[in-house]
Formats: sequence, structure tokens, C-alpha cells
Amino acid sequence: MRSLRKPAVAAVVAAAALTLAACGSSGGTASTSNNGQVTLTWWTNATTGQLKTVWQQAAVAFHKAHPKVTIQIVPIQNEAFTTKVPAALASNNPPSIYQQWGGGQEASQVPSGKLTNLSPYVSGWIGQLGAASQGWQVSGKQYGVPYDLHTVGFWYRKDLFARAGISKPPATVPELEADVTKLKAAHIVPIAVGSKDKWPDAFWWEYFAIRECPTATLKSSMKAVNLSNSCFTKASKDLTTFMNTHPFQAGFLGTASQVGAGSSAGMVANGKAAMELQGDWDPGVMAPLTSNKSITSQLGWFPFPSVPGGAGSATTVLGGGDGFSCTTVAPAATCAEFLKYIDSAPVQTKVVGANVGLPANPAASAALTPAQQQVLTYSHAAPYIQTYFDIAFPTNVGQALDAAIANYFAGQGSAQSIITAVSQAKSQQ
Amino acid sequence: MAVAGDTDIDIQPGPVTPGPAARRRRLGGPGLRRKAELTLLLGPALLLFAGFALLPIVLAAYDGMYKWTGFGPLGSFAGLYNYRLVLDDPVFRQAFGHNLIIVAASILIQLPLGLGMALLLNRRIWGRTALRTLVFAPFVLPYATTAVMWLLLLQPGGFVDQVLKLAGLSGLTQLWLANLHLVIYTMIVVLTWQFFGFAMLLMLAGLQGIPAELLEAAALDGASAWRATWRITIPLLGPTIRIWLFLSIVGSLQVFDQVWIMTGGGPANASSTMATYLVQRGFQSSEFGYGSAVAVIMFGICFIFALLYQRFVLRRDTAGALTRAVG
Repeated sequence: MRSLRKPAVAAVVAAAALTLAACGSSGGTASTSNNGQVTLTWWTNATTGQLKTVWQQAAVAFHKAHPKVTIQIVPIQNEAFTTKVPAALASNNPPSIYQQWGGGQEASQVPSGKLTNLSPYVSGWIGQLGAASQGWQVSGKQYGVPYDLHTVGFWYRKDLFARAGISKPPATVPELEADVTKLKAAHIVPIAVGSKDKWPDAFWWEYFAIRECPTATLKSSMKAVNLSNSCFTKASKDLTTFMNTHPFQAGFLGTASQVGAGSSAGMVANGKAAMELQGDWDPGVMAPLTSNKSITSQLGWFPFPSVPGGAGSATTVLGGGDGFSCTTVAPAATCAEFLKYIDSAPVQTKVVGANVGLPANPAASAALTPAQQQVLTYSHAAPYIQTYFDIAFPTNVGQALDAAIANYFAGQGSAQSIITAVSQAKSQQ
Repeated sequence: MAVAGDTDIDIQPGPVTPGPAARRRRLGGPGLRRKAELTLLLGPALLLFAGFALLPIVLAAYDGMYKWTGFGPLGSFAGLYNYRLVLDDPVFRQAFGHNLIIVAASILIQLPLGLGMALLLNRRIWGRTALRTLVFAPFVLPYATTAVMWLLLLQPGGFVDQVLKLAGLSGLTQLWLANLHLVIYTMIVVLTWQFFGFAMLLMLAGLQGIPAELLEAAALDGASAWRATWRITIPLLGPTIRIWLFLSIVGSLQVFDQVWIMTGGGPANASSTMATYLVQRGFQSSEFGYGSAVAVIMFGICFIFALLYQRFVLRRDTAGALTRAVG
């Protein structure tokens, strides 16, 4: 599979060179002319759809307000960022602004020396984004700024909860277990999970870890890429205890999470299961998987319950999001000003309209559905937002963790094997 | 040119001894022509083969010696470290084991099934053409289509389960894709369904090459149909069976599409193959150096098998068919 890399790279390089020669500087550098005119190149992953339009409007509006600044948008396919960004950061011609997911990936880019520390420029307003912006910090410095957020929690069917006699969502794991029993008694599958995709399994284990581990431990463990703290073993044991209640659908190990009516999202959408632990995007995934037009209004949301005796925060949230970084080729103040504009209420309202996630700025929350507003409120009140472990860790470690958790779901391995998988993957880097 | 040169000489009246130049042409002509032909006919193919087969193999072997995430320049040189890690990894060994199970199943199930069906459909029976088409049809389906179709059929409570229930066999319903001990055999059923038509087609083609007189003579000598099949038809089908075995074994070692779409190699690697392992580690985990090592090991296994098979099994079939240099 590596086989075509070099010829392909050569072809891409040749094509890129020709394109550059033909089109001038479509690639990177922010150009500043003598009369103070600045052009910022902006790599976004919005190649189609409403978000592309939102960004185009934002670029035009920003230029109108700042006539000396021109934003040149370069839409790039989402999957291409993983290869294009490292290459661009290794060159002298990186884009001025580019798509940034934060976490371990951002941390691995910082040593290139091309990312701008935005802290001095955004300190005046970044606070209004809440704890979310921490996901784009490296060693306390803001190297990126989010424009939308994702939060993982439970999406549940209010009608099925009512049928099982559950009057309010569970606040603790024992309450969740009691609800599982009630739902089973009412012949309703309590929880759907798409284990075929592995990452939905990881949400479960990671949330138990968040409830068991103090925030400081989470932070240091992510940084050290080490899960040897005993709280992570406790998380595995909590998961085992919970899974002993057999809360998931039959054959969950072979169920996809988002594709088809038989997926975990499809099961909740079609009333075949009462709830699932998923991201804020889930209602959007469910809608096309059912003929039930009122599905969105039938859904409720509640956060992952607290674990009695757990040393972790009961309100910390698991999530992630999308953002942007500025590079050193762009005037830092101008670039930061543009990111501030992206996070302003008018632009954020349009981002919500594009249905890509929750707005980074809560001022735009009026455009959300009531359930989404609840997610956002909860997320903004959270003392800490833990980035998905597989994003927070280097890619190979994250994937090894997901695989180990998926094995654990399948009854393979032990609490220790999850921890060992991480240390082993780290040693193989 | 060489031909024109020869003609020039031949039309000279009387016995003429060719001059030095003509002799050179006469001697060098066919050689040049041969070289030109070889260059023209083999050149493009060799170029493509070198560029798209040999070079990538060499590059993959080279990349496999680095700890490389796929971004930027190759990372640190690790020698054979990646290769050793792959061979030591129980997950890779498990995946290889699954490949061997698929190889065994294809030989033990597809061969008798394909051969039996070919013998049956070689007779003049009613609906023969329709049956042949029906059996061969799955092979023509794109692998991805087959995978999605079976994925839907095998859902818990899906079509297969419903059919079993209607047949009064509800006790046989299973979690076909979620049961760790069953999933690899489910995959074998799907692969057999897709590929046994190909075995049948090859065998049918082979049967056409068996002279009818032999079977008639055997019948006149009083041989039963079973005996004639066992002693005449099957031995004469040998070359076809051996070629099919080769294709089937190499294909089984490289199985990817159906497994990837239906199970992704899971649950818990219970249906993984070498190819799904390669994609998981190389692409999903962004371990391109390691992935390259997996690719090279997979290639090595297939290559060694192919060489041995060629040397010990196929040699007698291809011996008469190979073009040899003459003179």
C-alpha cells in the first residue's frame, strides 16, 4: 500500500508546481505589499455545502470592514489535511490560517515553529468560549481557536423512557443501571452501541475514566501518553460492572454506528432502542435513517452520569471540535482579529445554520434546538472538556487504545490490556 | 530493414559471394530485428512492470525499515525492527491464521462444489444454461456489492434469521457477524458463495478439452459412470484443477474487500486477515513504516508460495507451453 507513494508524491508535486506556476501563489504565504495591503490564505475543509458559503461571506465581510486585508480561501478535502499540513509546515510557504483539530495533533505541529502563539491577541475575548478553547492550547499557550464544538452525551427517546416508567434521566451510574432494568422489563432494548466502528466503545470507557480520574491526572496522562494511574484501571472495572447488566442490543459487536437503519443511530431513530452515548451530531445522523419526521422533538439529552466514589469531576465533558491555527507568515494581530470575527455572534449563528456542530461562542445558541441548547449549556458550564482520547493522543496510540477498548467490549483482554496497549503503541512510535 | 537487405542479395544473378557489408547484414540482421522486436514488444510492459510492481516493492521494503508516520521525511532508521514487530504481533499471527483457514475452506469446499457442479452442468440437463448463469452470477458481482448484500441479510433478525424461523429452525439463528467464534465461518460462507461459480466455470472449460472418445471407450469397456469420472475425467482435469488451486490460494491469502466492509476484521480481530491488518495499522494508525513491513511480509508469503507451487506443482503443466530460446 505504500507502493504508490513516491510516484504519486512525485506526480502530485509536479502537478502542484505546474498549478503554482500557472496560478501564482495559491499555496501559502501571506503577502504584504508596501501600501500595507495583506492577503491571508485560508485553508478550510468546507469544500461543499453551507459552511463553504458561510466562510465565503465571512471573508468578504471581513475585507469590507478591514479594506487592507484580503482573505483568500483555499478549500481542501478534509482527509487531505493530515498529509498537506505537515508538508506545508515543513516548508517556508505554509498557509496563513488552516483547519486545526487541536489536541495531540496540534501539539505535534508546534515544534515546527510555524504556529503563532495567539494567547496575547485573544486573551481579551477567548474566555467567552468557556473551557472549550483549552483543547487548542499546548503548554497553556493558545495555538488554535475553535469555531465549533462537539460534546458526547446520551441521546434518548422520551417516549420509550415514559413507556418504561422512567420519569427523569439518570444522574448516577446506579440510576442508569436501574433504568436499564426498567427498560428491559418493558421489552425495550435499553442502549444501542455501534461497536463495529470501535470509537463508540471508546466513548464509554473514556467517560468512566473521566469520572474516575481527577482533571489534573487526565491532563498529565494525556501529556505523558501514559494511562498507568490506577483510576484508569478503575474505569475498566466500572465498565465491566456496567456491561454485566447487559444493556446493549443483541449482536452489538457487529453493529455500525451511523450507517443504515440497523445502525445504533438508526435503532434509536426507529424506536428499536431507548438511548445511545453519542456526539451532539447524532440527531442529524438519525433524521435520514427513519421515516419518523418528528424524531428530533422526540429526543432528549442527558450527560454521562456521575460515578459514586469517583475522584473525577461529575461535570467534565468528553468532546472535541473544529478550529483554526495561524502561522508565522501571517501578521499575528490581523490573523487573530479574523479568528475573533469567525467566533463573533453573527458568524457563529451562520455556523449553527450550517448544521456542523455546536457553536464555539454560546452567544449563537439561540439558533439551536432545545436539546442542542441543553448540550451547549452543559458543555459551557463544564470545568474541563476532555478531548477524545484518540485525538488527544498521537494517532497510532489513539487507534491502539480504541482497538483495545473494542476488544474489551468483546470480552477479550483485561483492564490492564487497555493500559498496556497505550504504552506499547507509544514505545513503537 | 533486414528483410530488405536479404532481398537485395537474393536477386543478384548467379552465385555471388556476399561482400563484407552484406554478410554483416545477413549475420546482424535477424539479431537486430529480434532486438527491435523485443524492445518494442517487451519495453512498455517491462517499463510498467518495473515502475508499478518492482519499484514499489523495493520502496515498500525500504520504507518498512523506518519508523515513519507518513508525514514529512522518513523517520528514524529502524532496520528490521518493524518486520520483527509484525511477526511477533499475535494479532498479525491471528490474521494469518484466518487466511490459512480461508485457504483450507476454499480447497475443501469450493473445489468439490465447483467440480461437482461442473460435472453436473456438463451433462445435457434441462435448464443447463440458466443454472450455469445462476451459479456464475455471484462471481460477476462487485465484491463491495456482495459484502453489503450479505451484511444486510445477516443482521440480527434479518433475512437469514427470518428464513430459518419460517423453516422451523429458529434454534439455528445466530449472531452471524457478532459471534467471535462464528464470524470467520460466516465470512467463509460469503466467500464460497461468491467464488465457487468461478471454480465451476474453470472446470467446465477444462471438461470441454477432454475427448469424448475416451469416455465412450471406457463405457464400451464396461466402466461405470462413476469409475470413468474418477479414472478419466478428473485426472485429465488435473491442469485445470491445479491452476484453480493456485488462483484460489493466492486470492485467499489476499482477501480484503468483503471482510473489510462486513466486519472491519472484527469483532476483536475475530475475522481479521493480513490485508485488513495492513490497512488498520498502515493507514488508520498512520504507521506507514510498519504498514510497509506488513505489506512486504504479505508479499513474501504469497511470492514464496507462488515459487514453490510453480516449481513443484505447475511445472509439468507449463513445461510444454513455455517458449524456449532456439539455436
